[in-house]
Amino acid sequence: MKPKHIFQAEGIVAGYDDKAVINKISLEIPSNKINVIIGANACGKSTLLKTLARLIKPTSGKITFDGKSISKIPPKQFARFVGLLPQSPIVPEGITVADLVGRGRFPHQSLFSGWTKEDYEAVAEAMEIMNITELANHHIDELSGGQRQRVWIAMALAQQTDILFLDEPTTFLDITYQVEILDLLTDLNQKRGTTIVMVLHDINLSARYADNIFALCEGKLVAEGEPSEVITSSLIKEIFGLDCTVIEDPISGSPSVVPIGRHHVTNGMHSLGNG
Amino acid sequence: MMNKSIEIIIAGRRQRRRRWIVVTTSLAALLFVLCCAMLLLGNTIYPVKDVMLALLGYELKGVSFAVNSIRLPRMLAGFFAGIAFGIGGNTFQTMLRNPLANPNVIGITTGSSAAAVFCIVILHTSESIVSIASIIAGLATVLFIYLFSKGKSFSIGRIILVGIGIQAMLNAAISYILLVGAQQDIPSALRWLTGSLNGAQMHELPPLVIFVVIFAPIIILLGKHLSILELGEQSATSLGLNTDKTRIILIISAVFILALATATTGPIAFVAFLAGPIAKRLVGVGFSNVIPAGLVGANLVLASDLIGQFAFDVRYPVGIITGIIGAPYLIYLLIRMNQKGEL
Repeated sequence: MKPKHIFQAEGIVAGYDDKAVINKISLEIPSNKINVIIGANACGKSTLLKTLARLIKPTSGKITFDGKSISKIPPKQFARFVGLLPQSPIVPEGITVADLVGRGRFPHQSLFSGWTKEDYEAVAEAMEIMNITELANHHIDELSGGQRQRVWIAMALAQQTDILFLDEPTTFLDITYQVEILDLLTDLNQKRGTTIVMVLHDINLSARYADNIFALCEGKLVAEGEPSEVITSSLIKEIFGLDCTVIEDPISGSPSVVPIGRHHVTNGMHSLGNG
Repeated sequence: MMNKSIEIIIAGRRQRRRRWIVVTTSLAALLFVLCCAMLLLGNTIYPVKDVMLALLGYELKGVSFAVNSIRLPRMLAGFFAGIAFGIGGNTFQTMLRNPLANPNVIGITTGSSAAAVFCIVILHTSESIVSIASIIAGLATVLFIYLFSKGKSFSIGRIILVGIGIQAMLNAAISYILLVGAQQDIPSALRWLTGSLNGAQMHELPPLVIFVVIFAPIIILLGKHLSILELGEQSATSLGLNTDKTRIILIISAVFILALATATTGPIAFVAFLAGPIAKRLVGVGFSNVIPAGLVGANLVLASDLIGQFAFDVRYPVGIITGIIGAPYLIYLLIRMNQKGEL
């Protein structure tokens, strides 16, 4: 089981070109849990994730990992604890699956070393977890979107970090693959205790798979907690501006958001949504 | 299960490593043959034994001068410039993830050429001043590209566009200088624009050799870092790579060897552009492309120079031959990138 870590942000402000996208956010990431950041487009979800993963420097506030400011931890050492899968990672042309996954070993390697036994083991294990062993010597260009995404996650797994950040890992995937990826990440969390922090677009899948939700609205953290407590029609109205009713997901028992539009509304739900 | 997976991975990597070794060794062997050809071939073909003796310092009438003063410096200039263009070009192409992002296209070698032409035609300075000016101009060009394309974040597209713009301005400056310059200066200035090994002299070589010997190994050592940079800013940073530091070391190293090579032979057309992609095609992906790219660069320069010297009735400078090889490849690449929607 992965050890417990204390990962805290205090009053962080960050953004691009002097425009603050996230504004004074303070939070603590529950260790060994699946955390999902939700919110409308351009509310700062991705910026928050990148700031926590050290890709963006906050203009004020501080982020600490086990009590140490993350800007003071040497990059390679930080990369042995915290990994990130970007939203649209770049594939070097012609690379094979095994070699790409192997690049996740970079923070564990020195300038001169080739692949060690540990490197091979970590890569093999990551590929087994993601069910891509038989693709090892295929070129990435030949794979489908769902397979590619599993390769990228395998690369992040080969990094063997205790904390894994993922920026919209299911976007552009068919629903089947979305569920498959989220199941695999849940396996990872349950078997290894890997702390997962991800941005997801689908509110219902977020509610089902998350242990903890961070809800953002216009750069501020407006709610935080278990999905059953946090996902309410008033919160959805606040962060998405959408009228909805929240029912119980018949499969998982988690909250499930049913939007109320202007059409196809029966059963007097109009009054329910507006009230 | 686990052991079987490891075996699959090891088998794949072993195969790719074997290919890398076979290709790199073959390139080195071919380069050796071309180096020998450069020493043996010429107006007069001397016996191998005489050439060897001349190289070892024995005075042989005619042979010693031809070999030690003409053929050897020509071969060494081509060898080191080829390695420099190959490694320098490949570094930029890999780092910026775009084969078009090579020193010829984004104006680094043009900066060196413009300074050299200015010194020759307008200032009439000595040859060593011309070389120094071209090195400084090469570095200054990179600095300009860097400053103009520097935003809050690192953008490859901006670097390439700014580079192309600067290159166009420098070319305009070169044309203007050639237009106002005196007729008798033009031929020696033109040497800076096509690239040639003609008239390479032993005493001009040490700077290029020293810089290649110092900076090429730095780039080779950073091959692994370069392959992480290739994954893009976000992945590289989250893998713990200090991207700014790595990029600066790589850029400075690459520009030093490129500027020195341009100062010695002129910008031999398309070598910096062709070497990386050819090497990658030959060795595949997975192991560092730096050494193969350097070898391909040297092979290209020496083979093209031999063709230019001996294949036609008239002797052509090496830059003309590499230009003839390179231009169709540029067109092919543009068509292919256009089809893939990468332009």
